Amino acid sequence: MFDDTSRKTLVTVRGLKMYFPIRTGLLRRHTGDVKAVDDVSFDIYEGETLGLVGESGCGKSTCGRVVLRLYDPTEGTISIDGTDISTQGQGALRKMRPVMQMVFQDPQASLNPRMTVADIIGEPLVEHTKLKKAERLDRIYDLMDAVGLNRDFANRYPHEFSGGQRQRIGIARALALNPKFIVCDEPIAALDVSIQAQVVNLLEELQEEFGLTYLFISHDLSMVRHIADRVAVMYLGKIVELAPRDGLYTAPLHPYTEALLSAVPEPDPVAHDTANRTILQGDVPSPANPPKGCNFCTRCPRVMDICHHEDPAFREVQPGRFVACHLHNS
Amino acid sequence: MTDASSSTSEQVGYTKPRSQWWDVWDQFKTHKGAVMGAAFFIAVLIFVYVGPYIWTLDAQYIDIRARNQGPSLAHPMGADQLGRDMLARIMAGGRTSIAVGLTAMLLSLVVGTFVGVLAGYFRRVDGLLMRLTDLFLALPLLPLLLVIIMLFRDPLRATFGPEQGIFILIVFVIGITSWMQTARIVRGDVLALKEREFVLAARSIGTPPHRMILRHVLPNVLSPIMVSATLGIATAIITESALSFLGLGFPSDFPTWGRLLFDGTDWLQRNPERVIWPGLAISLTVLSVNYIGDGLRDALDPRIRGR
Repeated sequence: MFDDTSRKTLVTVRGLKMYFPIRTGLLRRHTGDVKAVDDVSFDIYEGETLGLVGESGCGKSTCGRVVLRLYDPTEGTISIDGTDISTQGQGALRKMRPVMQMVFQDPQASLNPRMTVADIIGEPLVEHTKLKKAERLDRIYDLMDAVGLNRDFANRYPHEFSGGQRQRIGIARALALNPKFIVCDEPIAALDVSIQAQVVNLLEELQEEFGLTYLFISHDLSMVRHIADRVAVMYLGKIVELAPRDGLYTAPLHPYTEALLSAVPEPDPVAHDTANRTILQGDVPSPANPPKGCNFCTRCPRVMDICHHEDPAFREVQPGRFVACHLHNS
Repeated sequence: MTDASSSTSEQVGYTKPRSQWWDVWDQFKTHKGAVMGAAFFIAVLIFVYVGPYIWTLDAQYIDIRARNQGPSLAHPMGADQLGRDMLARIMAGGRTSIAVGLTAMLLSLVVGTFVGVLAGYFRRVDGLLMRLTDLFLALPLLPLLLVIIMLFRDPLRATFGPEQGIFILIVFVIGITSWMQTARIVRGDVLALKEREFVLAARSIGTPPHRMILRHVLPNVLSPIMVSATLGIATAIITESALSFLGLGFPSDFPTWGRLLFDGTDWLQRNPERVIWPGLAISLTVLSVNYIGDGLRDALDPRIRGR
């Protein structure tokens, strides 16, 4: 795992911040910010899957969307395949779109109800290629084959499909332009457990076949363990720990990661009852008003004095393992 | 999903994606009211456009001996107080009324949709455009019409001829004073649509704004547009008749359905059919258009299609 660093990086994110302004009063004055993503840095290597986990509202999805420039970042740089896209205009960005695509959380909402499957999958082709109608149709059929959709479905509308099939349509659309990098924004959260496995396996097969790189956003720790090579844990807009999968799951460094992992359901009833769980007290603070010092200091079971006034830096404590915690001030 | 099913479908030859409009037509055909409405509307069109070639009496021809006559073989719908043939007048009036209704509706629809989509989609112009809409809604209609007609009647008549000039003026006046409701409804729908994930998905594909609007936003706001369109025709025909009645529309000897209706009200006791015929023509035409709109709206929505 640790030889990962020698591989080529595809995506580099440095000091990324995404603040949503809060405007109040009659004059809509700018009175504060929701710090959805607050100073996040990470790399994604070519061909790997970076899992991004965290609880609801911690900024995972926003982070994924900013990386694709669906929002304009407040600060920081994003470079994909060697091109800095953090400040490019939408016109220049359009040329970069074929490289990076996205699979959305809710397959029902992410497909236009008025378009047929063929139109939906064909839209990126219409936008970015000059294929003739027949060639485009061939490509659409190939994509439908690749994601396991019957070609006869090309004429149908999204509402006629099950959740898993809709997600396949979404994946086929993301694949249409042969992207290098795909952000999967909780692609399995809205699906049944039996379908989740199908979709995840499909994503893995496609990764192997087309050499894709994924940023896999999820709150399902066991699914991330299954698909990801490295895992980043987010809490309140910040990445608190980033480590290779096996290291993170066997020996978490950050107390928040420990707490998250101890919340994973245990199938063995004896082990379930005797498990020594870390149960966090209280709620996540508001991202509009994060606590002073470490973001996690209000709920951390191993909080120290320093945590209340100094924000821990996010740094490499072991080869390939990054953590933002004062416990690891060597 | 299974290999077996995909291989059989290949042997049989899968159906090619066909144009959406065939699906729309298939669904439209199953809507009984819409088909009857469409048939009736086409019949009305034939009546007013082809009819004059068969019933060759001129709408302006005065046969003073036939005045106030009831229905007879020479005048199947009777004659008015100057002895003009009512059937010919209804046909001539229908041509004008339907043309005014359709074009005024189209104009108000285009303006309303354009303003609504722009205001909903582009935040920057939202405030400006919606205040403009409010301004138009707050304008007192009749004084405005008076001023517009006073200012532009004569120049338009001079340029396009008396009838064509008035036609343009009336269509413009009706269109420009009735787009606000459409704009408001469309803006609201666009605002909601804009936050839907499929719009975000299109943005992640790199679809530029104008194609985003044409491909993703407009088709999804079609239902409210359709409804205001069908209602708009009725309002336009009735507004035109009101304008003519006030002397602001077409000249008094130029028949339109609304004009005939208002002229007939004076003779309601003696010749009730002079009110009944144009009234019936207006309401049945409006009704048929409403049914067509209803059927079209259902046919254009894939979620309702096939039920």
